[in-house]
Amino acid sequence: MKKVFKLAELDCANCAAKMERAIGKIEGVTYAAVNFMAQKLTVEADDARFDEIMQAAVKICKKIEPDCKILL
Amino acid sequence: MEKTKKAALRPKDKKNLVRISAALAMFCAVFVADKIVSLQGVLGGKHGWLFPFALYAAVYLLIGYDVLYKAVRNICRGRVLDENFLMCVATLGAFTLAIYRGETGREIEGFDEACAVLLFYQVGEWFQSFATGRSRASIASLMDIRPDYANVKRGDAWEKADPNEVQAGEIIMVFPGEKVPLDGVIVAGATALDAKALTGESLPRDAAAGDQVISGCVNLSSQIEVRATKPFYDSTVSKILDLVENAAGQKSKAENFITKFAKYYTPAVVAAALILGIVPALITSDWATWLYRALAFLVVSCPCALVISIPLSFFAGLGAASKHGILVKGSNYLEKLHKADVFVFDKTGTLTKGNFTVTKITPADAREEILRLAAAAEQASDHPIARSIVAAYGKAADKGYTLTNIAGAGVEAVRGQDVILCGNETLLRQKGVAYVKEEEAGTVVYVARNGKFVGSLLIADQIKEEAAQVVGELNAMGCRTVMLTGDNAAVARSVARTIGVTDHKAQLLPQDKVEEVQKLLSAQNKNGALCFVGDGINDAPVLMRSDIGVAMGGVGSDAAIEAADVVLMQDDLRGLPLGKRVAKKTMRVVTQNIVFSLVVKAAVLVLSALGIANMWIAVFGDVGVAVLAILNAMRVNGRYDKKPRANGCAKV
Repeated sequence: MKKVFKLAELDCANCAAKMERAIGKIEGVTYAAVNFMAQKLTVEADDARFDEIMQAAVKICKKIEPDCKILL
Repeated sequence: MEKTKKAALRPKDKKNLVRISAALAMFCAVFVADKIVSLQGVLGGKHGWLFPFALYAAVYLLIGYDVLYKAVRNICRGRVLDENFLMCVATLGAFTLAIYRGETGREIEGFDEACAVLLFYQVGEWFQSFATGRSRASIASLMDIRPDYANVKRGDAWEKADPNEVQAGEIIMVFPGEKVPLDGVIVAGATALDAKALTGESLPRDAAAGDQVISGCVNLSSQIEVRATKPFYDSTVSKILDLVENAAGQKSKAENFITKFAKYYTPAVVAAALILGIVPALITSDWATWLYRALAFLVVSCPCALVISIPLSFFAGLGAASKHGILVKGSNYLEKLHKADVFVFDKTGTLTKGNFTVTKITPADAREEILRLAAAAEQASDHPIARSIVAAYGKAADKGYTLTNIAGAGVEAVRGQDVILCGNETLLRQKGVAYVKEEEAGTVVYVARNGKFVGSLLIADQIKEEAAQVVGELNAMGCRTVMLTGDNAAVARSVARTIGVTDHKAQLLPQDKVEEVQKLLSAQNKNGALCFVGDGINDAPVLMRSDIGVAMGGVGSDAAIEAADVVLMQDDLRGLPLGKRVAKKTMRVVTQNIVFSLVVKAAVLVLSALGIANMWIAVFGDVGVAVLAILNAMRVNGRYDKKPRANGCAKV
């Protein structure tokens, strides 16, 4: 399943790149991309574990850029 | 884009601007006072550094409290190489060094530098935030085409409804000033429609009952009733919004390079700073000098400026293109468009208008007679050729003929003793009528009456006004232009010659076109890209196969929007060279930014290691470069002019 999420307060381009790498490494994620300019996160992952994966993604986001939020 | 220019600063930016200005004023006051009266001397004695320290520390805290806070917070979360942390280490390090110098009785210097570094760092951050905010707003203004509601007729009353809830077939009312919410057909009223937000075309278009209207257009003059023909999700406006919102989804090579580079850059510079701060100091035991140089390294170690300027440039490029009705689906396509050196065109509907007209009648002085007879024979047919004849005649066709279709040859029309033959060469040969052969390319219809040849009509597709000019422009850019068509060789040759394409292939079936493109792709050199331009009808496989698929006439053709990488919203080929120019400028700015930032950063690193550059220069290496790169990126969204369309309508 592929889903697109909006990111609020994404202000740092380098953090966006870091987030993209970190989320891509979550187990079960086949594709992750953060679009800094459009403030969007695209995740393609296992259907069964999608919610679990998104929870992990939110944690990663919080760790890398505490001001930035994934709007689920 | 006047809207974005007038847009006020975002509250966050405004707040920070005030804070930066205040800190800057304070900093200047303290700095000037320090230079004139030497604040160190005010208290005097061994602890003379305390007074200037206190003043500078106040400035430092004002400008940097959030950076300090974030640094601490991030360390607690286990993130060490974060830019806030690096800035804190660099500036607090400079403070400590200054205190150390003060304590050891030397002339203090370094407080001002530490403050300035943080101050300029904040200026850079503010600028980045401002630039991205503005750039995002300019794309958001494209979203103005989203209709908020539809006035829909339910029973006898009109009610306001969410466009999503309106079904195809329902009647909606659009008042002047409102946006057309769904694609449909006008059932009552006449008005002028502004499609500028959709196509970039500024001339309003007149529309009356029976005309198609496209969602997203603004109704200018008077109210119209429209029967929706598509639900909202299938309407043009939602397709375009979807496309615009997801543009820049595909990353370019340049963007990928820079984020990858940033991944290694910071740790490498920090490691270098550590080595520089420790190793030479162990040998020379001059800790202060080497620590200072190491701190300057840390100032340059943030990659954010570099990272931000690249997507910003691409975003500006995509924005500039969409302002002219050229929708590009991602920055990688902009990159490819710049490299594109082979342009393959489909003929009908792309280079030509796809509507057939009578272009020549021989002999010319029997024009009226030939048209009258041909129209009488062809009046019942739905074939585009037949319709073009009836349209050219323009009057009601003579009635009372018995029409007999002769398959693959033409029509025989009989009224009493009067027999009209209207068709191709085969027909006349079959009937044994001598005729004068028309040599020009196109479809020829011969007309004979009562066994005697009357004349012939030449029917051809019209070449688009701008086709020759656009192909010429592309050829001048050093591109190869190829035309593919299903038409016969004579027509193809004639069109190719008129337009000036470098190559053409005729008599191709749709599947042959895919094969031709495949052949061209495999002959392609690695640094180029193949761009296929089609009208989006029946050419989806080719659009997908080619490096860049460009669909013409995006408005109204959903298949095209989905299959293509670039959509020309106006049926205007001039978008091609224009898009290529935008792509070229974008790529130039991107390259400039990458090279310029890397060179300056490298130079600053070398100079600080040698002790030639101080922290002031290091700050320039970080913030100055960022600001310059961002300003450069904004240049992409400048003016691009379409060359005026040549007058006159060329015929095949």
